Amino acid sequence: MSESNNGNNGNKSNNGNNNGVNPEKDLGTQNLPGQRGDHGEEIRVQRGMFGANNGGDTSGYGGLVRSVRLPGASSRPYGGWFDEVADELEGALEEQDLLPENAIEKTVVDRDELTFHIAREHLVRVAKTLRDDPALRFELCTGVSGVHYPEDKGRELHAVYHLRSITHGRLIRLEVSAPDDDRHVPSLVPVYPTNDWHERETYDFFGLIFDGHPALTRIMMPDDWQGFPQRKDYPLGGIPVEYKGAQIPAPDQRRSYS
Amino acid sequence: MSASNATSHASGRETTEGTVYTVTGGDWDEVVEQAAKSDDERIIVNMGPQHPSTHGVLRLILEIDGETVTEARCGIGYLHTGIEKNLEYRTWTQGTTFVTRMDYLTPFYNETAYCLAVEKLLGIENEIPDRASVIRVLLMELNRMSSHLVALATGGMELGATTIMIYGFRDRELILDIYELITGLRMNHAYIRPGGLAQDLPPGAVDQIREFVKKMQKNLPEYDKLATGNPIFKGRMQDVGYLDLAGCMALGATGPILRSTGLPHDLRKTDPYCGYETYDFEVPTADTCDSYGRFLIRLEEMRQSLRIVEQCLDRLEPGPVMVGDKKIAWPAQLALGPDGLGNSLDHIKKIMGTSMEALIHHFKLVTEGFRVPPGQAYAAVESPKGELGVHVVSDGGTRPFRVHFRDPSFTNLQAMAAMCEGGQVADVIVAVASIDPVMGGVDR
Repeated sequence: MSESNNGNNGNKSNNGNNNGVNPEKDLGTQNLPGQRGDHGEEIRVQRGMFGANNGGDTSGYGGLVRSVRLPGASSRPYGGWFDEVADELEGALEEQDLLPENAIEKTVVDRDELTFHIAREHLVRVAKTLRDDPALRFELCTGVSGVHYPEDKGRELHAVYHLRSITHGRLIRLEVSAPDDDRHVPSLVPVYPTNDWHERETYDFFGLIFDGHPALTRIMMPDDWQGFPQRKDYPLGGIPVEYKGAQIPAPDQRRSYS
Repeated sequence: MSASNATSHASGRETTEGTVYTVTGGDWDEVVEQAAKSDDERIIVNMGPQHPSTHGVLRLILEIDGETVTEARCGIGYLHTGIEKNLEYRTWTQGTTFVTRMDYLTPFYNETAYCLAVEKLLGIENEIPDRASVIRVLLMELNRMSSHLVALATGGMELGATTIMIYGFRDRELILDIYELITGLRMNHAYIRPGGLAQDLPPGAVDQIREFVKKMQKNLPEYDKLATGNPIFKGRMQDVGYLDLAGCMALGATGPILRSTGLPHDLRKTDPYCGYETYDFEVPTADTCDSYGRFLIRLEEMRQSLRIVEQCLDRLEPGPVMVGDKKIAWPAQLALGPDGLGNSLDHIKKIMGTSMEALIHHFKLVTEGFRVPPGQAYAAVESPKGELGVHVVSDGGTRPFRVHFRDPSFTNLQAMAAMCEGGQVADVIVAVASIDPVMGGVDR
């Protein structure tokens, strides 16, 4: 990717500082698609521009290759109360003879939000610690949100929890991932009973199986529904519509710019 | 359906758990009488999904013993419309037209929560013009009143109190008129957009809101007179739908349900957004943990909302209502044309006639949308029902990668079983009404 950009930059007279400097980091990133540079964590490689890969592309954008990167792990200090929470959590896990680096895969601080990526086998223990430790006291779980990253091999399905501490007025995020061929995540219902319906919803939409859930059944879709609609490989559906003589394709068939 | 033919509305079926009789239609007394004859059998009653007192299409599955509910479960999903999936196929700006339809009684909260999350992803939280934030607060507080009015009105109607229903919808109509003046629509506004608002307040809006505040200050005490001290009302609501603080925490219940346990948890105070920390208002609580306490809280919250609305009107300063960043703000200049609100003809003339770049920019921004840097964000607002949280994920494209709404109705409805089991069938209605679930939000 960087070679092709260097080639382009060579044509521009006003950009002569690309020797030794990654031009991707120097360009005004707000005008460019996606996060540039090599920082962060790659979740996907995007090819082309408009989602169309059949037919002749005369724009030149069809050859575009860029990696899509989410914010990666942060290093200390995280800033604000984030360090305090991280210290307390690590200390509390150590007290339970659980090495924090085994439980917490990485810690991400992005946009003033603290995210702990937790190894799924330790999720329940970590959540219980977060809820019960007096210095942490995340009493309220606001449920689970599933995210499907189809090209993030080995960690396709994510379950994202937001925990709120009313005592300390804090909000953190827990994230666990599961590979697509082993879609199991332990259920948090024993720790946060509110997750009962939320986990059913995430199961219903993503096929994530929450082990230990009291009754993991579909909640929104009909009981005999096939497939998991919110997964990225599940089509939106829809039919083309004729408008003023032109056929307007269904939303998921339209040209996209992502 | 005659009483002599007892089998006409009960057909037997052999199952692994013994004979199951399905009873539909008929007179309730007859059904109960027949059921009483075989009192060792379980009776499962399906309430809804088309029952008038279930707030839309909520299905309650009650296992009853005489008049006592021994087990209660909800069946939901009848109004699932796949909004979260649909959002992934539209631009970030188009998203507001979808989210506003989720909990259709609190459209401005859905829009604001979504926009706050998108703005957090864009990193422009601090660039939102003051006027836009004030108008957001103004609309949200009007919306809190209109939502609470529906809660009181339908809640009263379900108890058989039709006067309070008429009063509630009368006052809500005043608020809907304001919405219509400002956004053009009574619901589904899509007025709040990432970066600010679709357009400024129209002429006359401030005057109409001031008039409304005056009228509402006169009307609000009527609810007190009608209901607050009413012995029948109190008899039906007190100690019904009991859920204490531990139950609320475990079940994730927020909003008036949580505050009826005495905990003054309100995101407007604890985690302020849109400048709520600068407004002067109280967070009402009750310590009864019951439906009556929630009713009192809703009434008091309407008074507090009126206070906030007045403060908003006082601090409205002229200024922009959209961020200055032309890469985010739609270039459209809206104006009222002969066929309704749309692009201003002058603006179109200008970009068509004088600036090809402006035209291209306009076209690209509207058809393609703006790009949002990759990452995820969570934004939460205190909706009339509780914590409305939005989790958005971007992959750097012009469409959301994932949007998840943590709707308070959805979470609070889980508490139905805890509130109703062991109580009377008639109290189920009161308890559900005190949760104030809106199925558009529950099912999304």
